[in-house]
Amino acid sequence: MTGSTERMTGARALLECLYREGVDTIFGYPGGVLLPIYDELYNSDIRHILVRHEQAAAHAAEGYARATGKTGVCLATSGPGATNLVTGIANAYMDSIPIVALTGQVPSSLIGNDAFQEANITGITMPITKHNYLVQDVKELPRIIKEAFHIASTGRQGPVLVDLPKDITTDMIDFSYPEKVELRGYSPTYQGNLQQIKKAAAEIEKSNNPVIYAGGGVISAGASAELRKLAEKIQAPVTTTLTGMGGFPGDHPLFMGMPGMHGTKYANYAIQESDLLIAVGVRFDDRVTGKIKSFAASAKIIHIDIDPAEISKNVKVDIPIVGDAKWILSHLLKYTGKARSEDWLRKIDGWKEQYPLHYIEPVGDEIKPQYIVEQINEVCPDAIIVTEVGQHQMWAAQYFKYTEPRTFISSGGLGTMGYGFPAAIGAKVARPDKVVIDVSGDGSFQMNSQEMATIVQNNIPVIIAIFNNGYLGMVRQWQEIFYEKRYSSTCIRDSVDFVKLAEAYGALGIRATKRDEVRPAIERAIASGRPTLIDFIVECEENVSPMVPAGAAINEILDLERKE
Amino acid sequence: MRHTLSVLVENRHGVLARVAGMFARRGYNIDSLTVGVTEDPTISRMTIVVRGDDEVLEQVTKQLNKLIDVIRVSDLKAEDTVEREMALFKVSSDVSNRSEIMQIVDIFRARIIDVAPKSMIIEVTGDETKIAALEQLLRPFGIKEMVRTGKVALRRGAKGVSS
Repeated sequence: MTGSTERMTGARALLECLYREGVDTIFGYPGGVLLPIYDELYNSDIRHILVRHEQAAAHAAEGYARATGKTGVCLATSGPGATNLVTGIANAYMDSIPIVALTGQVPSSLIGNDAFQEANITGITMPITKHNYLVQDVKELPRIIKEAFHIASTGRQGPVLVDLPKDITTDMIDFSYPEKVELRGYSPTYQGNLQQIKKAAAEIEKSNNPVIYAGGGVISAGASAELRKLAEKIQAPVTTTLTGMGGFPGDHPLFMGMPGMHGTKYANYAIQESDLLIAVGVRFDDRVTGKIKSFAASAKIIHIDIDPAEISKNVKVDIPIVGDAKWILSHLLKYTGKARSEDWLRKIDGWKEQYPLHYIEPVGDEIKPQYIVEQINEVCPDAIIVTEVGQHQMWAAQYFKYTEPRTFISSGGLGTMGYGFPAAIGAKVARPDKVVIDVSGDGSFQMNSQEMATIVQNNIPVIIAIFNNGYLGMVRQWQEIFYEKRYSSTCIRDSVDFVKLAEAYGALGIRATKRDEVRPAIERAIASGRPTLIDFIVECEENVSPMVPAGAAINEILDLERKE
Repeated sequence: MRHTLSVLVENRHGVLARVAGMFARRGYNIDSLTVGVTEDPTISRMTIVVRGDDEVLEQVTKQLNKLIDVIRVSDLKAEDTVEREMALFKVSSDVSNRSEIMQIVDIFRARIIDVAPKSMIIEVTGDETKIAALEQLLRPFGIKEMVRTGKVALRRGAKGVSS
């Protein structure tokens, strides 16, 4: 068909565009204005996963994108369908994940009339998309879809929304797909400035206490191999942010775990005492920096990022290098030698011994949540771990050793409860070869539990591991520490029998209440090959430790291990 | 500190909302914003006067550049820029003071564009200080209404923002 044109409807043309963009899966939910598109999907090669709430479609598209690096696609109808996507789009925007959200819209002639199921979704999503479009003429459709995928997947990646009025999908078009994108206002920088790279190399060689602080950008850029080579060559310890987990091997001797609020003490101490901070694909988020004025106060800062607007946004940097992390790191490797870090690495090893991540073993046979993470890690070290938001998320980041990129999927910037389960669906659809486990809390899970129907209907064998402590645990932890244990609206004990809930949907439900039931439960879930929910009844007032209180410097760390 | 930004954007619907929304979301203050089509009908030029120190200006510029519909952003320095603003003043006047007002208008090279028995409308073009000075002199007569266009600016010499 290339070169020639064929006359077809807008709906058909849309699928043709998606097909050419290599889309194999759409997560969506139909509705009135989407009927022409769904009719085309009926006999399309593109797999459509019907979710039970549009929010899940957006998160699943993101999970798909994070597990593969490909752009995820979700589809929702006009009005409430579109607004239900908003949280998922905002999440993808905060974590810079490429998704294309397609929304139905009322017919062009009705736009602005407050028509049935009309919402101005391009207006609503303007601040949470990298770009968005309202298609006003079917002739524009191929160009817009081409641009949408291009914008979502290049530069600093992110969500793009395309709003499709119903008449656009029924209008006829002589279809041809553009070969190239022409956007005069958009040309991301990939190649870093060599002068800056040489300057950075010189600083590295002078440095005594270097620290590499790497984030989600390393994973987006596919730069983990280069990051590892750099760390080994210059002999600098590495800390990765929540979204950077897996960007550097978790079992590597130079790895220090996560920095910031629930980071390791040694990562935080190392940042605070460093004389050179090499920041790669990070944005100096407040959960990492704590009190910004005292963050890495004695360090020179090299900041490598593809988004020039991140340079000196939160922290003034000394050597900015704008471009693709993979390109820049591979060039930096050519120019730099070793840092003078022998004593420094010894000091960090000392800290690692003195202040390891740890928790108090229970006296009886109750289950410590950290223990579950360790057991999952032992049983299935190459699983894709997806999380919700809260305490379980932090334990999943602290106690699992991620050795490969794209094996840890979590809502970082937006902190979206209810994210993990649908994101796990997307990840499992994208990587059916992998064990995919949603590490969940009893609070978060209930925000999108309706998706049990999706995994059963489509036989997507995701494992949901609920860390059931009967509380909205992270908020409870803050209430314990900062509000004299006044547990206002955080107790959710006995909400539901999760095992029966799983069974009601036709999934496998397993309950573990004792320590020695943990491992068999995980093994049984994996062996079953079925959609499975494990209800782990855990120690109910366990805290995430260590903890830097909000607004404190990151070396002002509280120990919160719960003693018996 | 005030800066004048000349911003070339795609002449498409929604661009003004994107730019204004970005300013609002990031908490930057706009003193004035004008927009109009350029010599190329597919491109509009926004002239934005923004308040903030150099760091704010740097962020504003970068955030503007991130918008896909923004083609180019230039910080126009006062020394190599001509800038103009137009204002219309509706001033109370009658036979007793009409000639006095006309004298002031002359001095400012302003123009009277409407005269009625009890009012007149004065058009003035110039930089901000000139408009402010005229406003001050007209105030004692009673300004019934006024409107300002906001600043427009171009770089001096052959080199433009778009070239």
